[in-house]
Amino acid sequence: MERLILRKLQADGEEMILNFGPQHPSTHGVINFMVETDGEVIRKAIPDVGYLHRSLEKIGEQVGYPGYMPFTDRIDYVAAMFPNEGYAIAVERLLKLEVPPRAQWLRAISCELCRIASHLISVGTMAMDIGAFTPMLHGVRERETVNDLMEALCGSRLTYNYHRIGGVAFDLPEGWRDRTLRFLDHFDRFLVEFDRLISFNEVFVKRLAGVAIIPAPLAVDYGLSGPNLRGSGVDFDLRRDMPYAAYPHFRFQIPVGKGFVGTVGDAFDRFYVRCLEMAESSKIVRQALESLPDGEYMAKVPRRIKPEPGEAMSRVESARGEMAYYVVSDGTEKAARVRVRTGSFTAMGIVDAISPGLMVADLVALIASLDVVAPEIDR
Amino acid sequence: MNQPAALPGAPGAPTSPAARRRARAVLGLTLAVGVGLPGLLFGLIVALTPLRTVVPAGWSEGQVFLLHAVGLAVLAVVLVTFGAVVSGITVWWEMRVFARMSSRVGYNRVGAGGFLQWVADAVKLLLKEDLVPADADAVLFRAAPYFVIVGFALTFVVLPFGESLVAADLNVGVLYVLSVTALVVVGILIAGWSSNSKWSLFGGMRSAAQVISYEIPAGLAAMVPVLMAGTLSMQDMIRAQGAWPWEWNVFTNPFALVAFVVFFIAQLAEGNRTPFDLPEAESELVAGYLSEYSSFRFAIYFLVEFGNLWVMSAIAVTLFLGGWQVPFVGPEVYAAARGAPGSIPGAGWWGLQVLSMVVFVVKTLAVLNLIVWIRWTLPRIRVDQMMSLCWKYLVPFAFACFVGTLFWQLLVTAAPWAARATGYALTAGFLVTAFFFLRLTLRNVSAAGDRVDLTNW
Repeated sequence: MERLILRKLQADGEEMILNFGPQHPSTHGVINFMVETDGEVIRKAIPDVGYLHRSLEKIGEQVGYPGYMPFTDRIDYVAAMFPNEGYAIAVERLLKLEVPPRAQWLRAISCELCRIASHLISVGTMAMDIGAFTPMLHGVRERETVNDLMEALCGSRLTYNYHRIGGVAFDLPEGWRDRTLRFLDHFDRFLVEFDRLISFNEVFVKRLAGVAIIPAPLAVDYGLSGPNLRGSGVDFDLRRDMPYAAYPHFRFQIPVGKGFVGTVGDAFDRFYVRCLEMAESSKIVRQALESLPDGEYMAKVPRRIKPEPGEAMSRVESARGEMAYYVVSDGTEKAARVRVRTGSFTAMGIVDAISPGLMVADLVALIASLDVVAPEIDR
Repeated sequence: MNQPAALPGAPGAPTSPAARRRARAVLGLTLAVGVGLPGLLFGLIVALTPLRTVVPAGWSEGQVFLLHAVGLAVLAVVLVTFGAVVSGITVWWEMRVFARMSSRVGYNRVGAGGFLQWVADAVKLLLKEDLVPADADAVLFRAAPYFVIVGFALTFVVLPFGESLVAADLNVGVLYVLSVTALVVVGILIAGWSSNSKWSLFGGMRSAAQVISYEIPAGLAAMVPVLMAGTLSMQDMIRAQGAWPWEWNVFTNPFALVAFVVFFIAQLAEGNRTPFDLPEAESELVAGYLSEYSSFRFAIYFLVEFGNLWVMSAIAVTLFLGGWQVPFVGPEVYAAARGAPGSIPGAGWWGLQVLSMVVFVVKTLAVLNLIVWIRWTLPRIRVDQMMSLCWKYLVPFAFACFVGTLFWQLLVTAAPWAARATGYALTAGFLVTAFFFLRLTLRNVSAAGDRVDLTNW
């Protein structure tokens, strides 16, 4: 792979080839960017992915349907609820299973809290990559509270393994609703403080406005999804446009990039769309907690899950864009094929197209603004 | 030590007699290092710096020379040690401030309040292997830290501490400081080049471009107080200012106020401090020119980086903020307390010296703290923005201040009340700004509402 990339780069005379990773403080996990630079200016940057490939799709064919759920956590360990949910929905479609409303609501609550936790890391590390350490720690502080809530809900702080085929693993613990509402009251004020601390800081804005612009047609062409796509001004969100689970019952806005301080689709738009999405997630969690229906939180699922031969597809709006599962059953207890499509993988593709002409520091901003997570790219 | 050493009597303080004894011992050690060591160093500076002016009656010329030579040699050791200790304590202070700013506890394991962490870090670094990377230019790689430490240590020659507390009051003081600090960039450039690492090379190049560019606005801005005082000597420049804020250079001349801001920004850039920490930008260049350094050589870079904060602050205080001037204590008071020239001065004079040193140290620490706040608040600017800020804004502003001060001095010579009136007006303006800033901060704090519960930490 490295040799293939090296063939595309040239370093004769003025240019220098730089291995930007895999051990580099801002490659967000394990990614390598092979960069051809002329001084500080980048001629070409090509991502070299695969350092965290763990055969997660193949494992889906080796373990039974319920047994694969904890493995899905590892697809995106920063926001582990979404791979849980996507897989659960895919298998439920395969089984033609009706999920009780309370479980749907609990899925929405857990996923939106998870989105908050994931975006906190994203905007925090973005600030850190631009050189400000404090906002990142403020983000981690808030995430810590979300992690506490998640721990109370499902016993884990990172890899939740909360969703089940046919519902969720546990009902809400006692007092959880009030704790969450208290956190959200605090969190809404935190977002205002965060904007004051970093989002509209003059130095921060100067670093991100008009940098690494991804025009809407290019974003669509490269298959960007989620906040990266919406940052380019494309108004598309699976929660609204292809509704699933409990989302049709909630009222929320879909923030899109408007060129808040510069051009539509610049690094700041992708950053700020995430900030705005956190506020929307907070609204969704509030609505869901208020309208939480009573009843079962788990459907009647046969002990041995053996779907009819066939195939099913699910698409959920993850924190990093569209997460799609394609599951094929051959009538046995193990899936014949599990395929996962993730937002980070397509986001990585666009680096090649956007990077020429950027400064080295802008490349860091571009990577941070795409909010990739290494195992989601490699799986 | 896997438990933080809580102070005796504090919540969570150990209860068993043995643990209490240990906590008391830790507190004692912390106080010894935290108060005793700087106290000893300050005491030696107070005792040794005025030695040059003392000529004991009846001593031959050779004996007096020997006395002064030995005194200066000891003073040199004291000042370098002071630089090291001050940089260590600055690290601790910075980490504690940063921890509070980011809702964390910060250093709290080694010593009371984690104070001895810098000692532990230094010992750890000295015990590590001193690595030289393969294919690095070994000679230059090993030599680079010496340029850096020499450039740092030499500034202490003219750095004032009090009315008579300066190692050597050179008549070219400001020029001397500007020139010896340039040695640091030589060391950084050598480090960047000799490490045989692309990150180091990037860091070294950025640093060279940055420090050399920002020396121009810094030098021009430093000329403003030089024009106002009519001397290059650090001590005489302080003597030309008064003790009260409206008598400081920064407020008596509107151009000097702008020059102070330019100078402060340029000093941040020269010290590679945020928002100008591009040469060692972690998220971009791993550790910049430091990437390949380890052990003792890394410790030297670290020491200089933090020790420079003191130097930067002390120079800013000297040039613009009235230095060691104590209210109601004019030169005649010092002269009266001094007694006959050459004799050993009386206790009153020593007391005045200590007082002036306290004033100077407090001002310096205030500026130092400001630099720490800035570091943990602002992001980093980009390399092209760094260059355009310097050449498009700071250099023209500094030059305009320089020319403006020339005319201002003509005005002040014709009408001395102008300087006084400006002093009052600008001081009042500063106080009003500070008031509104404080009010805004308090409003923001209350708008942020309740803090996250920290008790489960």
